[in-house]
Amino acid sequence: MDRSPEVYASSVTKVMFAKAVRRHVECPDEQVPGETLRDVLNGYFDRHPAVRSYIVDEHGAVRKHIAVFVNAQLVNDRTHLDLAMGDADEVHVFQALSGG
Amino acid sequence: MNKSLLIGTRKGLVVIDDGSEQRHISAVHFRGTPVSAVLHDPRDDAWYACLDHGHFGVKLQRSDDRGATWTELPYPAYPPDAADDPASPPATLLLWTIEAGHPDQPGVLWCGTIPGGLFRSPDRGASWELVRSMWDHPLRKEAMGGGYDYPGIHSISIDPRRSGSMVVGVSVGGVWRTTDDAESWQLATGLRAAFLPPERMYTPEQQDVHRIARCAAAPDVLWVQHHNGIFRSTDDGRSFTEFTDVTPTTFGFAVAVHPHDPDTAWFVPAEADEVRIPLDGAVVVTRTRDGGASFDVLDDGLPHAGAFHLVYRHGLDVDSSGNRLAMASTTGSLWFSDDGGDHFERFTADLPPVLCLRWTT
Repeated sequence: MDRSPEVYASSVTKVMFAKAVRRHVECPDEQVPGETLRDVLNGYFDRHPAVRSYIVDEHGAVRKHIAVFVNAQLVNDRTHLDLAMGDADEVHVFQALSGG
Repeated sequence: MNKSLLIGTRKGLVVIDDGSEQRHISAVHFRGTPVSAVLHDPRDDAWYACLDHGHFGVKLQRSDDRGATWTELPYPAYPPDAADDPASPPATLLLWTIEAGHPDQPGVLWCGTIPGGLFRSPDRGASWELVRSMWDHPLRKEAMGGGYDYPGIHSISIDPRRSGSMVVGVSVGGVWRTTDDAESWQLATGLRAAFLPPERMYTPEQQDVHRIARCAAAPDVLWVQHHNGIFRSTDDGRSFTEFTDVTPTTFGFAVAVHPHDPDTAWFVPAEADEVRIPLDGAVVVTRTRDGGASFDVLDDGLPHAGAFHLVYRHGLDVDSSGNRLAMASTTGSLWFSDDGGDHFERFTADLPPVLCLRWTT
């Protein structure tokens, strides 16, 4: 499957957050355009600036205990986020389970 | 104005009203979220709460109406070029202490973090900047992690006599002093680290200072609870002298100093580095009232046996009168003393683990 950015230049991705995140900061489900996962997340953060620091650190890396899934596949790369995104794609943002 | 006690716990910010009525819990904020540091800024009456969301990072909140409403502020964050190793730039892991600047510098705040950076805000926390003079200092890079994986700044003690003059405590990284508003730094001498090789024991930048407290009325006097001892400075943090003849132990985290009497200070000892519980299960407070010549062991109203309480470095505070102490433990007990420690009374044993507490002024 060709997922090069050129193919999906005008794609729109649905971004959704788990309840544990919504408890602390308002982060409604949204359709966000972008060629890569980073484009999509940054597009979402541009609309909702308060959400950014909950999901990524000051260098833009996904926080250690945050799990980002694209179409139910865990994204292991936390820094580059250069996965190409397509129109039917869905991004789910969860928190890892830990602690007490 | 009613006096309050702000308590940062593992499960939220608990506010105790200690005014005209009977002491009571008046509010709980940020329910379920660890609160790592608190501040009441007497210059503008603002409250600050440093949160440790874990999964979602650290956050900073301010209230201008004593907790009725809160505003999230940017947290002190490391710039990309602060990296010692370009492949892994430092990121803020914990906001460990937050302090109001000198009254001559309205709006200025200081924040100490893990992994060891000091930050300054000129505008009540609306923006923050890493203090590069300290971060880029070659001796800062000699600092080590202690109880945490990375070094951290837990104490920022402003000299009330001079704006721009302060002392900063780093675990594990010594006592840093500036008199030119953080343009340059000197490290304190006289501290002794029993955990280092003999030839390195007095290395200033590798001292595990647990907490620094300054006497408000005699600011040249600072007391230190260190990893392996109790120390005092009488020269504004330039040098320290050790007190070794202290029972039951000299190991602990917290220290408080009487605001009007530099010879009076309180400590909460634990058995030892490797056994961080009260010796023989008995919770005690040690107090000197003669500048360290002798130490009283205070235990009236405290558990005499079977106890596991540990009081963290920010878990003990004395109010502006010098008589009223508040002390809380990692096992959720909170005690007050209204007579300088002669008698304690347990207010509750049902708090979450307590990370920090502080009287409002």
